[in-house]
Amino acid sequence: MRKSAITAEAAAALVFDGASVMVGGFLGVGSPDRLIDALVSRKARGLTIIGNDTAYPTVGVGRLIEAGCVARVRASHIGTNPTTQRLMNGGAIEVELIPQGTLAERIRAGGAGLGGVLTPTGVGTIVAQGKQTVEIDGAIYLIEKRLRADFALLRAHEADYCGNLTYRLTAANFNPLMAFAADCVIAEPDEIVPSGVIPPDSVRTPGVLVTHLVGRAR
Amino acid sequence: MDAKEIIARRVALELRDGMLVNLGIGLPTLVARFVPKGISVAFQSENGLIGFSAPPPEGMENRDLTDAGGGFIESLPGAASFDSATSFALIRGGHVDMAVLGALQVEASGRLANWTVPGKFTPGMGGATDLVAGAKRVIVAMQHAAKGEPKIVEALTLPPTSARRVSLIVTELAVIEPSDEGLVLRERAPGVGVAQIVACTGARLIAPKDAPEMPLGCD
Repeated sequence: MRKSAITAEAAAALVFDGASVMVGGFLGVGSPDRLIDALVSRKARGLTIIGNDTAYPTVGVGRLIEAGCVARVRASHIGTNPTTQRLMNGGAIEVELIPQGTLAERIRAGGAGLGGVLTPTGVGTIVAQGKQTVEIDGAIYLIEKRLRADFALLRAHEADYCGNLTYRLTAANFNPLMAFAADCVIAEPDEIVPSGVIPPDSVRTPGVLVTHLVGRAR
Repeated sequence: MDAKEIIARRVALELRDGMLVNLGIGLPTLVARFVPKGISVAFQSENGLIGFSAPPPEGMENRDLTDAGGGFIESLPGAASFDSATSFALIRGGHVDMAVLGALQVEASGRLANWTVPGKFTPGMGGATDLVAGAKRVIVAMQHAAKGEPKIVEALTLPPTSARRVSLIVTELAVIEPSDEGLVLRERAPGVGVAQIVACTGARLIAPKDAPEMPLGCD
């Protein structure tokens, strides 16, 4: 069960050009900054980014947009990043906007072996276009399909060498959901502590879900 | 008192003791400053927290503790943090008593539009679509007009956020309640006449001549 920590550069080398990549964070809070730096440095290209938002041009996912790493975005909000707005309007980036709760549930479904979820959110709006609806007990729901990705890049607070993760406050957001929904899960914790230090009840992402831990540069 | 303060003060009078409340970013955030004395409400931030207060003193910010607008906040004793799926289970599941949202337009039927001006500016819906779908009451807090154009219109020209009718519209001029019969003027701002409100509104308004003046709470 033991995992050894790899560098952010080694992790970024695994993320191939054209990959779909879930990135945790909410306006950059809870985003894996060292992994993002490493992807910018290795000049990643053609990525599909799945995450809540594109933060700001100098923060979090916004840095990947700014550096030209991104071809496609699936997010709930891009209003804080004028670069995303400009690239979308100019056709250089394809953006799919997804209601935030639906995005969370689509990712949860993708990680939980479900084909998707039924939600009332978006019924009777643009969001419903091209989607099936079902009636349950007299109410109309949209069928929203599951989302998965090649990679999930997470930021955690503590990790142990079994890969167990904890999060803090509003830095959790999409991270614990994404940990289930990608083929390769790379976690960037603030600290890696010896196995046994994190009480089992405090673990929010079981270590079996984590493929690689990112250590600090020595 | 400027327009935003009038709106925030009046919306705050809709708060009731024990409510769980979600305030949208921008103008709705101001409502938290005017919680009536003697009542206690819990505010939810959809990025994953219930129980927060104003920004901390400079130098005491925590990089992992922000509101849905990205601003630093302080958590209160009794606060709870959770992931995004849990946060939206609270919202969609009917556990949020009241949501206060800004809007670009509201139409006569009570639907609102607030996430895109196609071809010009598309910030995205963020959590708004889920909030309108799931909160028990939805209050629109917005200025009555934008650049001289009414924001309350007969029919939306922008894509709706939800098919649902909002519960109440509060502007710096009036309190308006959407109903089966149409938009009903409930209150007018201090010093504002019914005729002025009708003139600034782009939809038919059921406007009793004796509409009362809106209360604005005390300090």
